[in-house]
Amino acid sequence: MTIHKGRGFACINYPIGMNLGGDPSQALVHSTPDGKFMVALSSIDLGQGMKSVTRQIASETLGVPVEDVYVDTADSDTGPHCMGSFASRGTHRVGNAVIRAAAEARKQMMEAAAEELEVNATDLDTDGAGNIHVKGAPSKSITIAETAIAAQFKQGRTLSGRGIFLIPPSEADPETGDMTPVTCFAHAALVVDLEVDDETGEVTVNHINSAYEVGRALNPKLVEQQLIGGAWMGVSHALYETTEPNYPARDHGPEDFNTYLQPGPGQIVPHDIAVLERPAEDAPYGGKGPGEMCANPVLPAVANAIYNAVGVRCDYLPITPEKVLRGIREQGGARPQAVRA
Amino acid sequence: MTKKPISFMLNDAEIGIFVGEGAPLIDELRRNAGDLTPKQGCNQGTCGACTVLIDGVPHLSCITLAETVDGKRIDTTGGLAGGPNLHALQDAFIQGFAAQCGFCTSGMLMAAKALLDANPNPSRDQVIEAISGNLCRCTGYEPIVDAILAAAARLQGRAV
Repeated sequence: MTIHKGRGFACINYPIGMNLGGDPSQALVHSTPDGKFMVALSSIDLGQGMKSVTRQIASETLGVPVEDVYVDTADSDTGPHCMGSFASRGTHRVGNAVIRAAAEARKQMMEAAAEELEVNATDLDTDGAGNIHVKGAPSKSITIAETAIAAQFKQGRTLSGRGIFLIPPSEADPETGDMTPVTCFAHAALVVDLEVDDETGEVTVNHINSAYEVGRALNPKLVEQQLIGGAWMGVSHALYETTEPNYPARDHGPEDFNTYLQPGPGQIVPHDIAVLERPAEDAPYGGKGPGEMCANPVLPAVANAIYNAVGVRCDYLPITPEKVLRGIREQGGARPQAVRA
Repeated sequence: MTKKPISFMLNDAEIGIFVGEGAPLIDELRRNAGDLTPKQGCNQGTCGACTVLIDGVPHLSCITLAETVDGKRIDTTGGLAGGPNLHALQDAFIQGFAAQCGFCTSGMLMAAKALLDANPNPSRDQVIEAISGNLCRCTGYEPIVDAILAAAARLQGRAV
């Protein structure tokens, strides 16, 4: 029995969203009577941080404290239309819609405050702490709560905004097939170090090093956490997850959560991440979001590392011990590729 | 279904309810006792999201019969915080971004609490062992393990 070390590399250019039939998302923003703001979306937060990041974006655009913004993604029947939380599109598409809705609500908020302060709305600014003041004269100010109360009970106006962000459909040129299916890409490169046991076919991932370019990281801790969790999913997909039996009888195959194999807390792979921030031009505050890309490059990197370790090229997933062992036997033993320092 | 009266302590409150014979504890806690903090994940005793402490020991409430907790003490995530003050574990989970979708969090917290109550100064491997019955599909576990170790350190008055 020998343990063979291997290293594999993969890189990825990942499209944000898709626009073959047009790719829209809408957002609606309105204030409550006490000057808090509700952001209504149909874009679901499935753990990736959609609520957190759209809350930050709305707060930044409105000029109000983040604590005063609530995001409601509860119901696609009653909320504004969204294509959905998929294709790594959330931050980019929904974030842009939120900026537009929040900007319209901010305009109304400033007009209501201007009426109360008897000044021109263009002379006003927000301090980000819940107040609106005359530029250069911070003492001449009104709170956002007072503004909302005046708007609703005295002026008879809403502080609200509508936003839609649409990437229009891209038609393919019938002659050449030329088209622009995506407007924005994120990028990553990833290196996996692992060991392959040539007696059992077992693969142990020891370390992941990665570099991700996701535009501006609007919430750096969330980005980092999404990348760590996503790489774990990638390892799981690459090596473990299958409903097919590893052995001839179906009896031994996973049928439910009890036996569906995933790495547990005892198989955490140390992962060092470098996040490169290159704010994208058409993205909300430059943020593209990691999305699905956080899992994808792990799979080819693991496959390449296994090839590097024992010379077995597995071209379908997951790479179970059985596939590795069959590969080793077919070629008459492990054939480590270039030795690594 | 015959109903059976039982009483138990639920997070320092004495509770008396009628439970269905053969009804799972999680259903009675959520629908009858009104504690929505234990989460129903797989409903077959595998994912750990429904973990509660019965007399201090972690149990899967989806495969525990409600009638068996008569006279016992049940702790859920609903009783972790002391008024406005979060438990050190809850605080560490927030600070360490140990929750993403949050569905496993309630069970993770209770598994971790059982560990720290019995072993205030656990090693990393002991933390891994303690949460090995709880599935998380978002985080990759690392921030959860780190958060539990950070909470242990804080409860012991040590720097993290």
